Amino acid sequence: MSTVTSTATPTLDISGTSRVPFGRLITVELRKMADTRAGMWLLLAIGLITAAIVTIFYFAAPDEQRTFLNFMGATATPQGFLLPVLGILLVTSEWGQRTTLTTFALEPSRSKVIASKVVAALLLGLVAIVLAVGIAAVATVLAGEPGAWDNIGVDDFAKFGILQVSGILQGLAFGLIFLNSAAAIVTYFVLPIAFSIVSNLWGALKDAAPWVDLGGTSQQPLFSGVDMTGEQWAQLATASAIWILLPFVVGLVRVMRAELK
Amino acid sequence: MIKVDGLSKSYGGFLALDDISFSCQPGRVTGFLGPNGAGKTTTMRIMAGLTPASRGEITIGGYHFRDIPNPGRHVGVLLDASAQHGGRTGREVLTIGAKTMGLPLSRVDEMLALVSLTPAEAKRRVRNYSLGMRQRLGIAHALLGDPSVLILDEPANGLDPAGIRWMRGLLKSYAERGGTVLLSSHLLNEVELIADEMILIGRGKIVAQGDKKTLLAERGNSTHVVALDNTTLQEALTSYDVSWTPAGDALAVDAEPVEVGRIAAEKGIVLVELRHADGGLENLFLELTSDAQRDDITTQGESA
Repeated sequence: MSTVTSTATPTLDISGTSRVPFGRLITVELRKMADTRAGMWLLLAIGLITAAIVTIFYFAAPDEQRTFLNFMGATATPQGFLLPVLGILLVTSEWGQRTTLTTFALEPSRSKVIASKVVAALLLGLVAIVLAVGIAAVATVLAGEPGAWDNIGVDDFAKFGILQVSGILQGLAFGLIFLNSAAAIVTYFVLPIAFSIVSNLWGALKDAAPWVDLGGTSQQPLFSGVDMTGEQWAQLATASAIWILLPFVVGLVRVMRAELK
Repeated sequence: MIKVDGLSKSYGGFLALDDISFSCQPGRVTGFLGPNGAGKTTTMRIMAGLTPASRGEITIGGYHFRDIPNPGRHVGVLLDASAQHGGRTGREVLTIGAKTMGLPLSRVDEMLALVSLTPAEAKRRVRNYSLGMRQRLGIAHALLGDPSVLILDEPANGLDPAGIRWMRGLLKSYAERGGTVLLSSHLLNEVELIADEMILIGRGKIVAQGDKKTLLAERGNSTHVVALDNTTLQEALTSYDVSWTPAGDALAVDAEPVEVGRIAAEKGIVLVELRHADGGLENLFLELTSDAQRDDITTQGESA
């Protein structure tokens, strides 16, 4: 009579299980960045090179240039090279080593996993920035130049932060588009250079460069130490949209649709 | 518990899965058997939400995989034991899983002990693991969250005979406690040893399913016979409208042994061997998946 009961499909009892909290995903992503040799060395390299560049600047620069802002500015270049690599690897190492099979079987929401990677990368970037500021401060105290602490505004830190965060986000974006470490890293470094060369040769593009050439032109005012005009901010925003936002969105769409093998 | 319903997957014009349906019950180990490229892995990837289906759906315990909160606590998945970061230690791989699922780290040690990876081995980087060790690590990872469903793609691949026996014991006792196991293999022997139920897939289609006995029963009678003079026997069988195929030194006859014996007796043919064909499952497997095989194995000729 009640044949239905015997053939009823057994169900999972998921009432006692909550979704994986976002914070937990972030701590796992941070752990994944540091638990391989490659990741550990990259983090160490960012720290050591930051300290090294300040030390070199300390001994190489003329006395009157040994100001806090100059020390901090010196760290921007090496960090600007390494932080994007960190962003790239955080994404591509999963695909390269095919750990996506386990990562996404434990958290099926791809957007949530990518978001946790973004936050983890930004947190690491924040640590790098704090480190740069700390080492620059120590160097400034040791140098003891008069007026070394003058003219420091909130905007100086903001610009430094924008620069580093842009690099990390652009790295993540390129990682998402290529899902391959080598391709992402090479393209990240070569494409802007190629673009700058082309825009220098091609007049029309040269005029537009401040709007479209992110690293070569649009970000330069961030280094200059003078106040940026509204137009310069607009140019920075436009170039950032082209080089960071656009690839990020394209990469995200790709990852959301991709078949994970 | 696992329900595959009208599942199809096409890649461009290639139909990798063609409207397949089957289900896996709790307390049973279900073997998913088919030659390479038959669609086993694709099915399992769709199961775990890693590949979108073109048509149809898979539910686990009534839910789509993506709707199961903290899925590692309910469904243990091992899709490719080699898909681990070579630079991480075995223990670290499990630790990441445990942290994601919110499990105490003691669970990592329990699982390592369960799959017989020693503390020294657990400290080594995965790139230095043999395939067998990776499989053990992968099974440990799948079992971490104490799930009630296990989905394992070729878990016996790379295990030595002792390892396969160990896994059979592990999965049997897991199923006896009420767990649902789906495991795939391209080797009949493995599945025959481990699985209660079998699903045979070839070229994206389910060709047979059921337990071993049912599968064999459905295939009718077949007799393995060797006569002193096979040619005479062949002629005799043909004259009685009984079909046969040569099988090495013997003949495979589509009739009960007793009938073959009777024909031989009437014709005065001396038989040296007469019995039910054994290895039936293997033949069945090869036969059912023959049009999906890369090597043509069943073209031993039709009777003239």
